[in-house]
Amino acid sequence: MDELIEILKDLHSDVDFETCTTLIDDKILDSFDIVSIVSEVDDKFDVAIPAKELIPENFNSAKALWDLITRLSED
Amino acid sequence: MRNVLEYLDITAARLPQKVCYRDEKTALTFGEVRQQAQSAGSVLLKDGITKEPVAVYMSKTPAELAAFMSVLEAGCFYVPIDDEMPSKRIELIFANLKPRAVICDKDTKENAGRFCDGANLYLWDDIKTEPEDVDALTGVRQKMIDTDPAYIMYTSGSTGIPKGVAVCHRSLIDYIESFCDVMKFDEQTVFGSQTPFYFDASLKDIYPTLKLGCETVIVPHTLFMFPVKLVEFLNEYRINTLCWVVSALTMISAFGALDENPPKYLKIVGFGGEVFPIKQYNRWKKALPDVRYINLYGPTETTGVSMYYEVDREFSKDEAIPLGKPFENVDIFLLDENDKLADEGEICMRGTCVTLGYYADPQRTSEAFVQNPLNNRYPELIYRTGDIARYNERGEMVFVSRKDFQIKHMGHRVELGEIEADVNSIKGVSASCAVYLKKKDRIELYYEGGPDEEQMLSYLKEKLPRYMVPTKAHKTDKLPLTPNGKIDRKGLTELSEGK
Repeated sequence: MDELIEILKDLHSDVDFETCTTLIDDKILDSFDIVSIVSEVDDKFDVAIPAKELIPENFNSAKALWDLITRLSED
Repeated sequence: MRNVLEYLDITAARLPQKVCYRDEKTALTFGEVRQQAQSAGSVLLKDGITKEPVAVYMSKTPAELAAFMSVLEAGCFYVPIDDEMPSKRIELIFANLKPRAVICDKDTKENAGRFCDGANLYLWDDIKTEPEDVDALTGVRQKMIDTDPAYIMYTSGSTGIPKGVAVCHRSLIDYIESFCDVMKFDEQTVFGSQTPFYFDASLKDIYPTLKLGCETVIVPHTLFMFPVKLVEFLNEYRINTLCWVVSALTMISAFGALDENPPKYLKIVGFGGEVFPIKQYNRWKKALPDVRYINLYGPTETTGVSMYYEVDREFSKDEAIPLGKPFENVDIFLLDENDKLADEGEICMRGTCVTLGYYADPQRTSEAFVQNPLNNRYPELIYRTGDIARYNERGEMVFVSRKDFQIKHMGHRVELGEIEADVNSIKGVSASCAVYLKKKDRIELYYEGGPDEEQMLSYLKEKLPRYMVPTKAHKTDKLPLTPNGKIDRKGLTELSEGK
């Protein structure tokens, strides 16, 4: 989880990713960020996020994203 | 034809009830667009606003497009301003434009008010239903000529000051006529509008719709993060034609969204803004083999698209899709450093597509819009694109590189010098260099002195459009120099690429 927070902090150092649950709804993350996150997650965790998982619910909070990574790496 | 509004006049008379522009929430018929344009246009005229720029500062909605037409009805030219532009940029645009009238909507009213500085601020909902003054509108139209400006679009400038490209009705009409012929659009065409309206790529949807009586659907901006949802949207609205920047198309193919639930209705895909990576193009071709794919090339300064290439053969990974051939009424040639015709050189254009120049900026206009060096017999302006191209063995023109430090990032033109100009203006910074990493498609920044890296990036986020903000900043004690004393941009680029 810490490693993921670090990836996110790299994109927006001013956001509190531990608590924020509206990263998409409040337009904090944009398409540039999503593209970066997907490729960083692939690099760092060796997890390829498939297209069908690219939905707002999976990116609204660091926790949701972390749950997704955990789920995908177990499969 | 002298005025682009004639497209709207004819189609609104023919298909008054047909939907012209729509988004998720609203829709306007051709009849409504015309009525609202005439109503609001009459208000502008009554206030003495004519033959001058009108800033349209609205959300990307069908209403904004009707507002553009109202500006044209008043004999003025529209200037799209977007809430997503950073405030510093809007300030610079207003300083150059000095508009006496600004049109806003409920969502942008507060922000627009801050920049107005004495200009009339019109709320679209208030002026779109005012009574039409047909005599006044007709009088203005009769006096207009086809070389009067229709719009101004602002683009990045290397000094940090945006340049406003002014374009006349004649150039726009000429472009739309050729473009529709080449693309073979018809009344059944349904466009999915991707690009912001302050970007000339949006003309490809807006005006063919008026000319042909077809439909433009505005795709919600947030969907470009979520490829599967994006494709669902295309299917829901039966969108059959895309004229998109390459990065929006690769967003769909790179995540594998084409395999699961591909777009069902697509017939034509026009792409531009940057080079289409062959690997991604091949994914599209494989998933949707019956779609026509057309490469579109041309800078804002020559109205929009000036060259096209309909992909008609297989491409291997190390090949580039050609720029192709010019539209009707456009002549394109390559000039070397000595201004002689060459097989590899700067792309230069002449013809009706050459725009009026940069608004209220004679200095920079005269640098890019110049007398044709091949013609010393009568005045003839050409536009020097700054793009280098060559002919391949088939005689097709292929893009090679940029002459200066302009790059293409996520479909946008970016001057690395503009980023540096902003960085250098920060207290304590003594020098800076922005580099573009082509493979990773990202911008990184190196600088000496001033704030730490985190502060630097948050500062730049406020000042620059999002697509110009570097992904990483590196503060260094001393930037490396080349033997002749310039900042070693190439060395820094290699340093970043190696990381």
